[in-house]
Amino acid sequence: MSTLEFTEAEETFRLEARDWLAANNPGRLPSMDTAEGAAAHREWERTLASGRWSVVTWPESYGGRDASLTEWVIFEEEYYLCGAPTRISQNGISLLAPIIFGHGTEAQKKRYLRDMTDGTLVWAQAWSEPEAGSDLASLRATATRVEGGWRLNGQKTWSSRAPFADRGFGLFRSDPEAERHRGLTYFLFPLDADGVTVRPIDQLDGTPGFAEIFFDDVFVPDEDVLGGVGEGWKVAMSTAGNERGLSLRSPGRFCAAAGRLLDLWATDPQPHLRDQVADAWIGAEAYRLYTWGTVTHVEAGGSVGAEGSINKLWWSDLDLSLHETALSLLGADAELSGPWADDYLFSLSGPIYAGTNQIQRNIVAERVLGLPRGGR
Amino acid sequence: MRFGRTPEQHAFSEALDDLLGAADVPSASRAWAAGDHSAGLKLWQRLAELGVTGLLVPEELGGMGATPTDLTVALERLGYHGVPGPWIESIAVAPRLLTDTPDADLLERLAAGEALVSVATGSRALDADVAERTYALGATLRRADPGSEQRSVDPTRRLFDVTIGEEVATIDPAPALDLGTLACSAQLLGAGLRLLDDSVAYVKQRTQFGRPIGEFQAVKHLLADVRVALDFAAPLVHHASLTLAPRDISAAKVAAGDAAYLASRTALQVHGAIGYTREFDLSLWILKVRALVGAWGTPAEHRARILALLIDDRLVEAR
Repeated sequence: MSTLEFTEAEETFRLEARDWLAANNPGRLPSMDTAEGAAAHREWERTLASGRWSVVTWPESYGGRDASLTEWVIFEEEYYLCGAPTRISQNGISLLAPIIFGHGTEAQKKRYLRDMTDGTLVWAQAWSEPEAGSDLASLRATATRVEGGWRLNGQKTWSSRAPFADRGFGLFRSDPEAERHRGLTYFLFPLDADGVTVRPIDQLDGTPGFAEIFFDDVFVPDEDVLGGVGEGWKVAMSTAGNERGLSLRSPGRFCAAAGRLLDLWATDPQPHLRDQVADAWIGAEAYRLYTWGTVTHVEAGGSVGAEGSINKLWWSDLDLSLHETALSLLGADAELSGPWADDYLFSLSGPIYAGTNQIQRNIVAERVLGLPRGGR
Repeated sequence: MRFGRTPEQHAFSEALDDLLGAADVPSASRAWAAGDHSAGLKLWQRLAELGVTGLLVPEELGGMGATPTDLTVALERLGYHGVPGPWIESIAVAPRLLTDTPDADLLERLAAGEALVSVATGSRALDADVAERTYALGATLRRADPGSEQRSVDPTRRLFDVTIGEEVATIDPAPALDLGTLACSAQLLGAGLRLLDDSVAYVKQRTQFGRPIGEFQAVKHLLADVRVALDFAAPLVHHASLTLAPRDISAAKVAAGDAAYLASRTALQVHGAIGYTREFDLSLWILKVRALVGAWGTPAEHRARILALLIDDRLVEAR
């Protein structure tokens, strides 16, 4: 029983999503970080788009359904409950698109948004550099003014999806005199441009989920500057806010994983692991309810600020402990390749990407609790 | 879709804060622990005037006929301010137990703040010496007589062995026990919020090595984890108050207990030696949390109940 009350329209939306997914969901595909898997995941995006389910919150004119936040969470619940594939379009539709909608020119919206909705255009993110990780503002890659545009030089790393993506987005230092957060500009660039070298890096699971990107005098026209010249930090932080906050991590994925953990437990209920299994379910349930609280807050006109860091700490720790518990239940078989081992390896990245959990704890302490800054 | 407290519930919470923030609750607690109930009973009466004691008492018996969610709002604030007394027993459990029994007349005086009630769910009853009547809740509801006092780790919780007496009514004890558990979850959540607030205030003003210790990441990260734990326990408590489902109440108790306990351990750690003293008021909350974590069902019992119920549900769904 639930007392979360949905409108009739929301219930209809849920059933429509459930029916469509039941008829079209291909189930688990090969890893999207292989050539074969990337192609299969792009194909799945095309199928999603054909049913207008690929970007439900976007305006109808861009292939979406103008769905409310509530409907988006409902869609995500249904999506993960039925075991549908991971989204190769995630960087584009969740991180970049909100920035294009908010800061992009009309020409940029026309050029990029449509192609993101059906797997035609897959984006890599290019934030980190070898010497700029948690301290992103110390980045060194440069953009130099030339006739009609800019020349990019330098190196990015840990760029997710880069080995099989079409284009990338990231920050470059456009004013060599300015320091740290100032003088940065947000660029969009093709990964097959002259002067771009992508060197895939195998992740812990053996697939090249990210890459190094080298820039050697790469020309980018003015129309691929996103937001104002020198405004890159402000623009990028709105991306980070989206990534850390609500938009990327709906509870659907974790609730579905907790359900599978219960099934695993039911087949072999080992008493010494009972508390951990219960805690995984409690954690996912807490995340689901917390999210509905956030949705209520946002739909009433509120915003999600530093609280996004609280969210990130919870889901990343939950995901890891849930999968560790599954491996404990599997016993000696836990080392064998399979869905639990794969998902466990993925969960290990949670406390690192989208701002490490150390950085998130600083944000919670300073911006939520109001503790003094400094003293790193 | 809307999930959260109503404006009226926020206003009720603020009214409780106004009353309790202006009262010297720690002194009342210390006196209560020493067996002097006068200040605590004065607080009880003032809270009764705000409607707290009659929340779940039916309107025809002079109560508010309020919701379990309103009850959790009250218990959270009582926990935050560390108010002593058999609150869970009197305002959450007794109304559920006694309505429709021959003892229902007691509820009128309970709602008015004139009678306190204690209920033993095992062999002991809280604050039975100050309660007008004590009950024992087993397979049925019985009167009970208090005997010798047992010392709690929390000195404000004065426990009495009970001798079980005559039967009052044949009832299903489960809903009343669950309501007590829900109330305890809310009280734990409130105590945890207080421990965090006091810790944040302390680390901002306590200086070592020439700066506030709240500047050090080792301190910041501990407190951030407490914020996270409390923020994710709160929606479980709220949800359980809406559904009253046994599974949801157990989840609320586990999460609120874990979060409050983390808050108490962290509060003690960041305060250092001053936190380890009886004299410093922080001890009132540290000791109460330890006692409440094991009350109204241990965390292990609640986790086991959650799993049993979940597996039953999944078996039913699979059919």
